[in-house]
Amino acid sequence: MAPVLVLVESAEGSPADVSLQALTLARSFAGGEPLEVLQIDPDPGAAENLGDYGVVSAHIADHEGIGSFGPDAWAATVIQLADGISAGAVFAAATDRGNDIMARVGARLGLPVAVNCIAISAGSPITLTRQRWGGSLLEEALLHSPRPLVTVALHTVVIERVAGSKQVEVLHSRADVNERDLRVRPAEHVAAPSGGVSLAEAKVVVSGGRGVGSKEGFAIIEELAGLLGAAVGCSRVVTSAGWRPHTDQVGQTGTKIAPDLYIACGISGATQHMAGCKGAKRILAINSDAEAPIMLNADYAVVGDLKEILPAISAEIRKAR
Amino acid sequence: MSNLPSHVRVVVIGCGIVGNSVAYHLGRLGWRDILLLDKGPLPNPGGSTGHASNFIYLVDHSKEMTALTIDSVNQYRDLGVFTESGGIEVARTKERMQELTRRMASARSWGIEPVSLVSPAEVKRLVPYIDESIILGGFYTPGVGVVDSLRAGTMMRERGQAAGALTVSAKTDVLGIDVEHGRVRRVRTTNGDVEAEMVVITCGVWSPRVARMAGAHIPLTPAVHQMIDVGPVPRFAGAKSDIEFPIVRDMDTNMYERQAGGDLEIGSYAHRPILYDPEDIPPIEKAALSPTEFPFTQADFEVQMQHALELMPEIVGDEKVGVKYAINGILSLTPDGMPVLGESPDVKGLWAAAAVWVKEGPGTGKAIAEWMAHGESEIDLHSSDIARFHEHQKTRAHVRARAAEGFNKTYGIVHPSEQWASNRNVRLSPFNVRERELGATFFEAAGWERPQWYDSNAPLLEEFGDRVTRRSAEWESRWWSPIINAEHLAMRERAGIFDLSAFTIFDIVGPGALESVQSVALRQMDVPVGRVAYTPVLSLNGGFKSDLTIMRLGEERFRVVTGGASGMSDRKWFADHLALDGAAHLADLTSSLTTIGLWGPRARAIVASVTSDDVSNEGFKFGTCRTIEVDTLRVLASRISYVGDLGWELYIPMDQGLKLWDILWEAGKPHGLAPCGIGVYGTTGRLEKCYRAHGNELETEYNVMEAGMAAPRVKEDDFVGKEAHLRHREEEPAAIMCTLTVDDHTSKSGEKRYMLGREPILTRDGKRIVDRKGRGSYVTSAGAGPSIGKHILMTYLPPEHAVAGTPLAVEYMGERYPVTVAVAGATPVFDPENLRLRS
Amino acid sequence: MRVLVAVKRVPFTGGKMVLAPDAMSLETKHLGFTISPHEECGVEEAVRIIEAHGGESVVLTLGPPEAVEQLRDAMALGIDRAIHLQTDGGEWDAEGTAGAIVEAIQADEAASGPFDLILFGNESADSGGFQVGLRVAHALGRPVVTGLKGVKVESASVRCEQETSDGRDVYVLPLPAVLTVKEGLNLPRYPSVPGRLRAGRKPVATSTPARPKVRLETTRLVVPAGRGRRAELLGSGPSAAPAVVEMLRSIGVV
Repeated sequence: MAPVLVLVESAEGSPADVSLQALTLARSFAGGEPLEVLQIDPDPGAAENLGDYGVVSAHIADHEGIGSFGPDAWAATVIQLADGISAGAVFAAATDRGNDIMARVGARLGLPVAVNCIAISAGSPITLTRQRWGGSLLEEALLHSPRPLVTVALHTVVIERVAGSKQVEVLHSRADVNERDLRVRPAEHVAAPSGGVSLAEAKVVVSGGRGVGSKEGFAIIEELAGLLGAAVGCSRVVTSAGWRPHTDQVGQTGTKIAPDLYIACGISGATQHMAGCKGAKRILAINSDAEAPIMLNADYAVVGDLKEILPAISAEIRKAR
Repeated sequence: MSNLPSHVRVVVIGCGIVGNSVAYHLGRLGWRDILLLDKGPLPNPGGSTGHASNFIYLVDHSKEMTALTIDSVNQYRDLGVFTESGGIEVARTKERMQELTRRMASARSWGIEPVSLVSPAEVKRLVPYIDESIILGGFYTPGVGVVDSLRAGTMMRERGQAAGALTVSAKTDVLGIDVEHGRVRRVRTTNGDVEAEMVVITCGVWSPRVARMAGAHIPLTPAVHQMIDVGPVPRFAGAKSDIEFPIVRDMDTNMYERQAGGDLEIGSYAHRPILYDPEDIPPIEKAALSPTEFPFTQADFEVQMQHALELMPEIVGDEKVGVKYAINGILSLTPDGMPVLGESPDVKGLWAAAAVWVKEGPGTGKAIAEWMAHGESEIDLHSSDIARFHEHQKTRAHVRARAAEGFNKTYGIVHPSEQWASNRNVRLSPFNVRERELGATFFEAAGWERPQWYDSNAPLLEEFGDRVTRRSAEWESRWWSPIINAEHLAMRERAGIFDLSAFTIFDIVGPGALESVQSVALRQMDVPVGRVAYTPVLSLNGGFKSDLTIMRLGEERFRVVTGGASGMSDRKWFADHLALDGAAHLADLTSSLTTIGLWGPRARAIVASVTSDDVSNEGFKFGTCRTIEVDTLRVLASRISYVGDLGWELYIPMDQGLKLWDILWEAGKPHGLAPCGIGVYGTTGRLEKCYRAHGNELETEYNVMEAGMAAPRVKEDDFVGKEAHLRHREEEPAAIMCTLTVDDHTSKSGEKRYMLGREPILTRDGKRIVDRKGRGSYVTSAGAGPSIGKHILMTYLPPEHAVAGTPLAVEYMGERYPVTVAVAGATPVFDPENLRLRS
Repeated sequence: MRVLVAVKRVPFTGGKMVLAPDAMSLETKHLGFTISPHEECGVEEAVRIIEAHGGESVVLTLGPPEAVEQLRDAMALGIDRAIHLQTDGGEWDAEGTAGAIVEAIQADEAASGPFDLILFGNESADSGGFQVGLRVAHALGRPVVTGLKGVKVESASVRCEQETSDGRDVYVLPLPAVLTVKEGLNLPRYPSVPGRLRAGRKPVATSTPARPKVRLETTRLVVPAGRGRRAELLGSGPSAAPAVVEMLRSIGVV
């Protein structure tokens, strides 16, 4: 019996959705082997309902400095636990943090790490499918490893509960980390400047691309975003040109967003951009080119000059109020 | 699924500037049921129009290209998409400064004003970021500008649609073009099939691929033009428009630099020729940018960056100015640098307008539309005619070899007689082996290697001494030898033997043969068998489509002999005008027969010595032809001459040509027979006799009356251009072909200079001469007249100047030389009574 | 200061992913090549650090012979010299890549002294394996922080800002250290023409490491299915505004 260990991150006392997604994939991989988790955040309440997801044991690491554990300390803790329970595989959600910790675990153990997986089957070798190019391309691969280390691509697995869930056994153990593991840790936290709508969490995003033409051209984007209570986004071309700060960039190397509505203005829809906005529930594309790639990924389209169309939409919204 | 009409009059394939323009102008000329397709999206379907640098220089040495460009600029202006910026071609070398004086001359010949030569300081004033210390001067054309070619195309398309003439279908890829009975019938597309009477291929770099679907050839190759964009340029910060400074062409480095808003765009034709096959152009979905924007190859641009840095250190040397954008843009190159226009000789109803750049796009579209709708365009397009290509010139290897060779001449200093180096020795006459022994210098015509002059004639220089004009200036000595003039004198005094293998020869045969040739020849063709006639071939509007000779060899057989350069388009013209009922057919004998010219006062004696046939003046009259026996050979002899002397063209099967040459050579020895090159045949001999040449004096823009070639009467039979010709006969000609001689060749530096052609003819006080139709006077042909001891210039002059003795001037290399009208009209300056021909 | 920045040659993709016939790589016949956006910021940061502190910057890549273009690109921006670990073009996994880089770094450090900073992109644009920098750091025994959008070198340490969901975590690492950076760290400059010309003359040290056995072995690539339908056209030009607002209303945005 080789249990599968899953790293679970939590937010506000509940396990994060992305961790539940990872749990779901890990469970299918485990095929009946026990599923155990390591709570990355020392909040026991978050572990309580994990039985719904097939978890048998939830481990909570104790350490006086755990509040400021850096990734090395967590990697050491993961290895300590994995060894302790003789875990046959370790899974985590492919968050920045999950990837970081798992890569450190892989480096320390001298094992490969498969990042951003969307499917995986046990076997020898293990077969898996993982994302490349921010999800614009999939890779089918064989993983040759005695202890698979896997991160699960965000929002690619549908969370499934188990029938007849059991009570989770919450186990505390002391994290045995050394000075060296504590070397890399946050010295301070700088809160994000408040005000404005956060791009990552906005329900509506109005975004501009090359077609906007200039820094000044974003005035009409901002106007519409203001009316809709939306965040302003942009494509990579725009940030490279210096028209908008990088924090506004939606894309593979910018912010990945999942709004209810994404309004893409003058954006052709390169793969780099679509990797950032494919989580949107609906996409409205406004573009002079009716054949732009984005038209194949949008739900609604308006063809024409955005410099005429956006003010008209803004005016129409004002009129409606 | 099909959302296309099931039947249209014409399908135009390709929505670049050319296709939009063709479709628009066809609609303007009244056509309806026009379908315009593109496989790409609109407004930018991904072809070369979409990445063009979009600037337009006005002056080209080619009259045809200049005319198309000027018309295009006018159209762009009318559409409101032309921004005048001015342009300066700068010179880094003395040779280039001399070339710029030639640009000045071409500008004045074609009527581009204003233009000026400017000093380095003046260039600096106009383009303050240039390092004027490395240039010697510039050629400034204020009328140069920048266009929005995509916008222009869109407007044309929209106007065509608004007029109800045009259906547009983007994202429609052509899968096939069906041809039935040699004529286009149907275009098969990803959106369904369309029956069509005509198809126009305006697909830029894709054109060869589309043409092949119909079994036709469009000889062009995709090639790379590199372009980078650097910025932001501090000096351009706050630029109010896309372009506020003149565009600079750094001619000696094959580069250009232009402001593009806040940036500077640097383009190059200097890198190694990078050619592709049309199949290499990716489909739209496989291309990261556009199918015709290939990834930049930095290694090819290193030297160019250095050159740009030298010329514009303030901008290009600024460490804060970055290379923001760099592409290998794909454009079309042809083997001779001219576009590919007109109806394909391979398939009826299949038209092409390809290898056209943005600068001549709208004008070309208009000209093609006129040609399709009216049978003729206002601008003579003979240099661009798709029918011009000989078979070998359509091959991939030839196209690539010549395109590669021509690429770096884009801004080059190209001598009017400059010869191609690549793909030579394709067509060799049977005499080639002898010609080599005689030290011939070969020039190429239609793939044929033709002796221009023979080194073996060097002793003639001594013989004729001062009668042979030498040239000291390097430019006029290039691709030239004084031996040409010596050969000429030997021919005039004794006899010369000429290799005329480059003739294109075809027979029109059958019961409808007479009707067929009558329908295209100006002259009476219903002549007795054995007559040979030189005849103009007119265009619909009465201009010159061609000029050639026709022999009547039988009641139902006519032999057409024409020059190699126009041979293929002439052949298509005759084929297109064959009697409709199939009563005549055309047989091309170009590669079956070879021709020797034998002329000069001793020609008869030489021929008489090798034949027992009667070749006396009475027995073999001028203007007749018949077969004679020469030794064991049967030779078709035609008593006619393009050098204006006694003698014959001798036609013989190719395999027996060498034997005939050798017989004549031996027979000629006691008579002092000299081998003579095309230098004599095409220039000196012809010019002394004031014989007109197609492409020089004879173009569709001039008529028979103006050329002074009218016969006393017009034949009864109908022929192409007759109506117009009859009208022209009633009009006062707007210009008259004249022969001028140069009074004084001495330049300011004291060197004697000799014009080579295409220079402007001016009044003595330097004013342009323009006829009432707006056509300026320029030198149509220039060359020595060794027998009269003068340098000869031919030109069209308005009647008030077309009077013998009128003093005028010619501008050459930046200086004016006095010339005088020697003859107005067709009278030769040498042997005006044509006694020699008829002796 | 000595700074090393590692980059990876990747195709410059457009609107659509097109696979080579064997489905083992992208069809790159018609594509240009670049480096990952994260790495562009790494190069820029390396140049800025040396501009500010003096010293030497080195760019390193593991890739095919053509990857020298990307090294020249980096040197055009101001990097002083390059190390090219040449491959035959076959893909290396993260472990193999890290191993070869570690050997190259150790060799260079033996000759020229230690690198104070080694910069990687947070993850490569193509494979996105997220781990080469971390593996190199581990092998060298140096501290490493990922996902950086702020880097400031102080006398013997480096202040790093890592983006989090609610702001930034700040790490202060002693030098030498390894950093993986993200786009947004800085706005990379374009190469100047003089920079381009200088790049052609800068040294590139080339070696050909042996490719170790791959433990994460690609069997094939698949282009994920798109939405497979076209957008519903609400109209053309400004006259489409009422239809847009109607749609916004129907989905509850207005």
